[in-house]
Amino acid sequence: MSTPENFDPTPISGGPTDVSPLGRGGEKPAHERTASEDGDPYDWSAIAAHPEFAALKRAKLRFIIPGTIFFLLFYMSLPVLVGFFPALMKTAVWGKVNIAYIFALSQFVMTWVVCALYVRAAKRWDRMNAELLAKFPRR
Amino acid sequence: MLAFAITPALGMFIAFVAITLVITYFSARKATGSAAYFAAGRSIKGWQNGLAVAGDYMSAASFLGISGIICLKGYDGFMYSVGFLVAYLTVLLLVAEPLRNAGKYTMADLLAYRLKQRPVRAMASLSTLTVSTFYMIAQMVGAGGIIEQLIGVPFAPAVIGVGVLMLVYVVFGGMLATTWVQIIKAILLMAGAFALSWMVLARHDYSLTAFFNNVAVADYAGTKPPVNLLDPGMAYGASAANPYGALDFISLALGLVLGTAGLPHILVRFYTVPDAKTARISVVWATAIIGVFYVLTTFFGFGAATLLKMSDIPLDAKGLPNGNMVAPVLAHVLGGEFFFAFISAVAFATILAVVAGLTMSASTSFAHDFWTNVIHHGREHRPGEEVFVARITAFFVGAASIAIAIKLGSSVNAAMLVGLAFAVAASANLPVILFSIFWKRFNTTGAVCGLAAGLVSSIVLILLSKNGLYDAKTAPFPLANPGIVSIPLGFLGAYLGTILTARDMEAESKFDELSVRSQTGLGAEGATAH
Repeated sequence: MSTPENFDPTPISGGPTDVSPLGRGGEKPAHERTASEDGDPYDWSAIAAHPEFAALKRAKLRFIIPGTIFFLLFYMSLPVLVGFFPALMKTAVWGKVNIAYIFALSQFVMTWVVCALYVRAAKRWDRMNAELLAKFPRR
Repeated sequence: MLAFAITPALGMFIAFVAITLVITYFSARKATGSAAYFAAGRSIKGWQNGLAVAGDYMSAASFLGISGIICLKGYDGFMYSVGFLVAYLTVLLLVAEPLRNAGKYTMADLLAYRLKQRPVRAMASLSTLTVSTFYMIAQMVGAGGIIEQLIGVPFAPAVIGVGVLMLVYVVFGGMLATTWVQIIKAILLMAGAFALSWMVLARHDYSLTAFFNNVAVADYAGTKPPVNLLDPGMAYGASAANPYGALDFISLALGLVLGTAGLPHILVRFYTVPDAKTARISVVWATAIIGVFYVLTTFFGFGAATLLKMSDIPLDAKGLPNGNMVAPVLAHVLGGEFFFAFISAVAFATILAVVAGLTMSASTSFAHDFWTNVIHHGREHRPGEEVFVARITAFFVGAASIAIAIKLGSSVNAAMLVGLAFAVAASANLPVILFSIFWKRFNTTGAVCGLAAGLVSSIVLILLSKNGLYDAKTAPFPLANPGIVSIPLGFLGAYLGTILTARDMEAESKFDELSVRSQTGLGAEGATAH
């Protein structure tokens, strides 16, 4: 490409080639970083390959997958039953209170119970997590 | 009409506005820098964020809309209460902690982590802006109508007033002011809900048996033949006129339970806390508060039908009873002028807090995802640019919503707009969030296809339904709620987009890093030092 006559070679302030930033925020360009800034502070693939990480992930999924399937089934069975078996759901069981309302109210209890179980399980994950991360200090 | 007396309601509105403006003034001094402005310095405590999530979530649609629909349609209205709460299990189990661990300010931070930044962020930003804008117009229209009826300010000035106040909170106070507005509003709302419920129970001699016996023969204080409001089917029952009622009910339930975990204004709240553990605690707080609130809708929703005359409820533009007015009118009947003023002020606070949260998430997404990362390739050209762009965007988003809300007037179908927001959130956002956390093979094309399929299918299906361009008889799509079709389409789009295109080795090689970050919180941005 030909250079126009009024070409100005002054580096653009704040551009990636500007080596002496004045009041410029953000990251430094790659060639400016010191060795300690350049590397990733953690060895991600080593952590990912560690058996304790696999155990942590497995422990989480062992709760999350069945938990999610359970609450979705429990919840979705409410509109399915109410939609397709309205006569059954209208049966009064406690005074005038019918199965439909009791089942709806049980969804609140179900939500709080699953929530509490999750918090209890998560405390164990936090401990596993702390033990794992202690093996991989910031380098 | 412009000359109105200083009523107790107006006085309480002014008191609320004054308190929140003081908070905004003090927040504004701290709102410097991106993390402070967008994420309140990540310094919000777990219980505070729990209250703020609750305050962000329990919109005018929840408080006024649900009490109205339960009063008028009974059990089927209570289904909204159930769905809005159970949805928090989706947030808690699947989304909150990985999102907090792997992102900075927006949902797209997580999506774009190992994919190509620009296409993914552009689509995610479009989806965020769509959800937030539709949700906001719905709230604005509701706000205008309510303020018009409560203190007699005409529709257009009422909408402008709400819009300007919301802009003051967002533009000057950022996320910190927005958070405190939501916390105060949540406390006011819970106090109002408890007081209303207590007064309703008092009218039934504090006997649950008497209460439910009366609900089972609710006759609107003798002005209608008694109906059993505990029986399902008044809104979604299968009938000759509505043969797909049951399916519509299921579709609604699906949209509610999966939509919340894709609502951008809820997701950004998890960036305001120091770490994932606090994010978890805040979901638990939110679940407790929101759960109690929705249990209480039993009393002031069903209870209204036993205590109010049909003629007490003002009519809307179409001449039907306006469900939104049920809670304030009930407060007037039970507690007189002063309590009516309090509940009206709560409704006003509710609307303001929610629109502020929506504007905040929309402008954050535009500034952070679209401006900084799509247009400027991930770098601020000068310090503070991102926050500056967000403030400008908030102004435009606010002005556009005010203009659209006034143009549409109070006749717009707010339920359609909120339904659309939930449908887009569940169909477009949730599938790609889940796939990027849990599926290694997931690639950029898959993310863009999933977002597009969910976004387009929910909009098209709503337009083709009776809530869109058609009436109940001629609508080509027979359901009012698109979730049962559009959510599978969103997942399918993301899946097919991925497996039909080449594997993205770079994305897969970064899966380990994202996986470690999202599961352990290593490298996540913590609280900023003060």
